[in-house]
Amino acid sequence: MYEQIAANKRRSAFLIFIFALIVAGVVVAINFLISGGVVGFVIAAVIAITLSFVSYFNSDKVALRMSRAHPADPREYARYHNLVEGLCIASGLPKPALYIVDDAAPNAFATGRNPRHAALAVTTGLLEKMNRVELEAVLAHELSHVKNYDVLVMTIAVTMVGIIALMADFFLRFMFWGGMRNNRDNQNNSPLGPLFGIIGVVLLVFAPIIARLMQFAVSRQREYLADASGVQLTRYPPGLISALKKLKDDTTVVHAASKATAHLWIEEPLEVEKQSISTKFNRMFASHPPIDDRIAALEAM
Amino acid sequence: MLIGIIVLVVIVLAVIVFVVMYNGLVKLRNRIDNAWSQIDVQLQRRHDLIPNLVETVKGYASHERETLENVVQARNQAVQAQGPAAQAQAENVLTGALRQLFALSEAYPDLKANTNFLQLQEELTSTEDRVAYSRQFYNDTVLKYNNKIQTIPSNVIAGMFNFSEREYFEGEDQAREVPRVEF
Repeated sequence: MYEQIAANKRRSAFLIFIFALIVAGVVVAINFLISGGVVGFVIAAVIAITLSFVSYFNSDKVALRMSRAHPADPREYARYHNLVEGLCIASGLPKPALYIVDDAAPNAFATGRNPRHAALAVTTGLLEKMNRVELEAVLAHELSHVKNYDVLVMTIAVTMVGIIALMADFFLRFMFWGGMRNNRDNQNNSPLGPLFGIIGVVLLVFAPIIARLMQFAVSRQREYLADASGVQLTRYPPGLISALKKLKDDTTVVHAASKATAHLWIEEPLEVEKQSISTKFNRMFASHPPIDDRIAALEAM
Repeated sequence: MLIGIIVLVVIVLAVIVFVVMYNGLVKLRNRIDNAWSQIDVQLQRRHDLIPNLVETVKGYASHERETLENVVQARNQAVQAQGPAAQAQAENVLTGALRQLFALSEAYPDLKANTNFLQLQEELTSTEDRVAYSRQFYNDTVLKYNNKIQTIPSNVIAGMFNFSEREYFEGEDQAREVPRVEF
């Protein structure tokens, strides 16, 4: 358990590091081709960071409104409140705001930029279908997202994707309007110039796709981490294993989920992704690892 | 001149590192004390719930006098218990008595259907969880603190200012079994 948590944290840090390298690579490539990479980077970074900051500070409100969540009444949903309070004692976190989503599909998500502004939401389907131990395991997983600052991690990932996409876009437009020509005159003195030029263009075309894949890889890594640190709270892996099995067997779709909020839920909320998750290629575009792999990781604890 | 600046920077950095590590140790030590008192808070909560539970059960199963009296007695002893060892012992007895009470409720369908009873049952179950969780949090915090005291470089500061290792809470085998109530 402790080893898994440490390994997951290392892998997330590594992914973010690779992300930064890609951003740097894009800057270098553009600089080589049109000698405006740094300016492009500054413009792209300002835009992406501003947008991300706004979404970061409103992440909880937006996510809750998009999934049509309403506050959970402490008397009507006593068990939900009690379980979260217990887990908060175990983790030393303040109690998050609790929400209900009226939906038959069992699922749950956590949001909020830090533990003080955190919110948890569960569907009515989850409350119905899970027994006490399983529900506790799911809530521990969600609370772990809060504890691990996953909204912050994902915001950083999304910001980097934004920077890369914007820069690649700037570049392609610039090239389209004839910016390349001036550049060729400058580079003609190097025999390898054209070759590097082609490599640079190819890299810039593929950079946004690679960045997306990286974002999903980070998201999947954070799911494994939340599973492991959730179990650190309950000290009972079988609880989460049986909850995940129930989630796997259930094929109902969360109506209020969308691609924008998919990475927040405990499992893939959308039907399309659930069905196609088996193929290797689609797996790279999934925000969650396959449930069987998650169960295997838990059984190895 | 240059050497002077370098020496100054090194001294400032050393002071900052020292302050951060010292404060970290103090914060963890205070958190341990807080975690320990949280255990008492949760036990208190459990004691407060029991009279209500006994009253509710009495209404449906008044002739189960012996079991009910056991619970009341165990509860009173737990409230009066002094010192960690005696306290743990008394809480174990109380846990056993409560388990019997809930086992008994299986025989009374009316009682099991009573919303008040169900509410109390939920409250007690979650309080049991909280007792366990607060002990777990205490132990997790002690683990973090002891790790810091034993590892380089914070062990140097711990040694200088007499930060001593803390002991883990160790439940008895019986206390580890939370009385799970099947619904």
